[in-house]
Amino acid sequence: MSADAIPVDSTVAPQPTGSTNKPIKTTGLHIGEAEPGCAKVDPILVVDNVRRTFGGLTAVDVDHIEVPRGAITALIGPNGAGKTTLFNLLTGFDKPDAGKWTFEGRSLSGVPAYRVARMGQIRTFQLTKALGLLTVMDNMLLGAKGQSGENLFRALLPFLWRSQEEGNRAKALDLLTRFKLDTKKDDYAASLSGGQRKLLEMARALMSDPTLVMLDEPMAGVNPALTQSLLDHILNLKAEGMTVLFVEHDMHMVRHIADWVIVMAEGKVVAEGDPHEVMRNPAVIDAYLGQHHDEDIGEDSDVENQHVSAVKELLDDER
Amino acid sequence: MDWGAIFGNAAVELISPTTAAYALAALGLAVHFGYTGLLNFGQAGFMALGAYGYAISILTFGFPVWGAFLVGVGASVVFALILGVPTLRLRADYLAIVTIAAAEIVRLLFTTNTFSAVTGSANGLSGYKNEFAALNPLAEGSYGFGPFENNAYDTWLRIVAWSIVILAALLVWQIMRSPWGRVIKGIREDEDAVRALGKNVYAYKMQSLILGGVFGTIAGMIFALPRAVVPSNYQTTLTFFIYAILLLGGAATVLGPIIGSMIFWVLLSFFSGFVARAVEAGWLPFMTSVQGGQLRFILVGVAIMLIVIFRPQGIFGNKKELSFVR
Repeated sequence: MSADAIPVDSTVAPQPTGSTNKPIKTTGLHIGEAEPGCAKVDPILVVDNVRRTFGGLTAVDVDHIEVPRGAITALIGPNGAGKTTLFNLLTGFDKPDAGKWTFEGRSLSGVPAYRVARMGQIRTFQLTKALGLLTVMDNMLLGAKGQSGENLFRALLPFLWRSQEEGNRAKALDLLTRFKLDTKKDDYAASLSGGQRKLLEMARALMSDPTLVMLDEPMAGVNPALTQSLLDHILNLKAEGMTVLFVEHDMHMVRHIADWVIVMAEGKVVAEGDPHEVMRNPAVIDAYLGQHHDEDIGEDSDVENQHVSAVKELLDDER
Repeated sequence: MDWGAIFGNAAVELISPTTAAYALAALGLAVHFGYTGLLNFGQAGFMALGAYGYAISILTFGFPVWGAFLVGVGASVVFALILGVPTLRLRADYLAIVTIAAAEIVRLLFTTNTFSAVTGSANGLSGYKNEFAALNPLAEGSYGFGPFENNAYDTWLRIVAWSIVILAALLVWQIMRSPWGRVIKGIREDEDAVRALGKNVYAYKMQSLILGGVFGTIAGMIFALPRAVVPSNYQTTLTFFIYAILLLGGAATVLGPIIGSMIFWVLLSFFSGFVARAVEAGWLPFMTSVQGGQLRFILVGVAIMLIVIFRPQGIFGNKKELSFVR
């Protein structure tokens, strides 16, 4: 496959939303051209000039991004593009060298991670952080917001928090049933499989009724049998009115569920757009294929090459 | 060989105030290490602050018992804040380094001759028991039976010490089954995950450090009441004995530290009595009585090793937890 075989067309008409078994995509999210940093009709998260360097390496250098409300936005890019670093910055787990960003119009610069979470912007982690020696139910209950029993002095007086606890327990059981983890509720989270932990982490994040759910590689290390169920859960989040921003390497998944795609490379946003269009954007092809694009990748198991082959595969699908 | 005396002396330790003090200090460590995952290696420092805070308040400032008690508790809250503010944002190991050093600093400050007028330097302090004895409601005479027979003051001290231990145990039991305890245990497992769920991890760790430290401080006061306050009692080995007790009983349990302390002291007293008499009786011809005095720590060490090898979760720990240890 050579570069000139890739259809390059920046003015492609919007793709049809597809047949009944495909999820319904949200369209008309942006204002004007679909270009890096383009304005959105109703942005929930607006990022301006955020920069983070590690020594001499500029991991993230984002001029402007707007994340559309009520849609599923994918953040993709080759390894080392700064996706997870940007995630950490936006959720308060890391501090940028410069820049500011707002969530629902409120500034988040310098706000610690736990306050970001309380505002309704909940994240999950690339390496799942299930709390191993707590039961699945305790993991869930920990996710609930505004618990009065979490105050040391009120903790001594159970009658102050018992009814709230019962309410949270019922809600947790309901969520666990949806995620098919209800039979595991009294087991230690450490006894769950990798995919079940991902489900638990997502369910736990939902305990706080977030407005923006940020998933860092939700499919990493998940058994293919669970993939479809995870995808459905993510689509459900949108159906329930939540906004989803996720980092992912699985291009099929991105194309399947994302309404909008933001592509990063070397810390910068190189392209934005509808998942079908963005895959044909020359900047994206450069970012992924770069100097490798006419090399034979064959059965190479290198992760980077896997993305390359995934992109190539997708481009073939498109034609 | 007088087995009756050996077992009698060992039994005395079962409810001695020293056992209660170690149990309470270990309970504080259970809050720190067992439940929150904080590596506090400075429990001896908290105990020293309690003992000296109490003794100095009474001897130098003439405070009443409750005032001296509050001074000790206040000192340990300040100590916990000083330790916690710079280190609790960092990884767990930093707290371990800072606490072990801070406890030594506290001990050396009490040892130095500069403050000799107040602290008594290496000789320590004594003569602060009258105020506590004056509160004794028991009439003169002897109470209890067999090895547990004591005079009025000693009985009063045992009642107060064990009441405090029981209250502290009930407190820990209650808060650890509350939502607060759930956050604390979550922090032990993965503090970033808990932070991502909207909990102020730093504040929770600080609360835990203060709570466990205050237990250590009150333990220091109980420890000081049957003896004099001597700085050499508060060396790092004290912290390690308390860790031994905690691991013996089970790190994230309420009863573990208490029963662990009883077993530790009964064993220590038993071995000490046994070795001393064995040397006297010529059973250990290669040993002097001074060497025999040290042998008991070796034997206790072996006993603790056996428990940790064959029951690593401790006596009250949950075996299931260990099947997932990474």
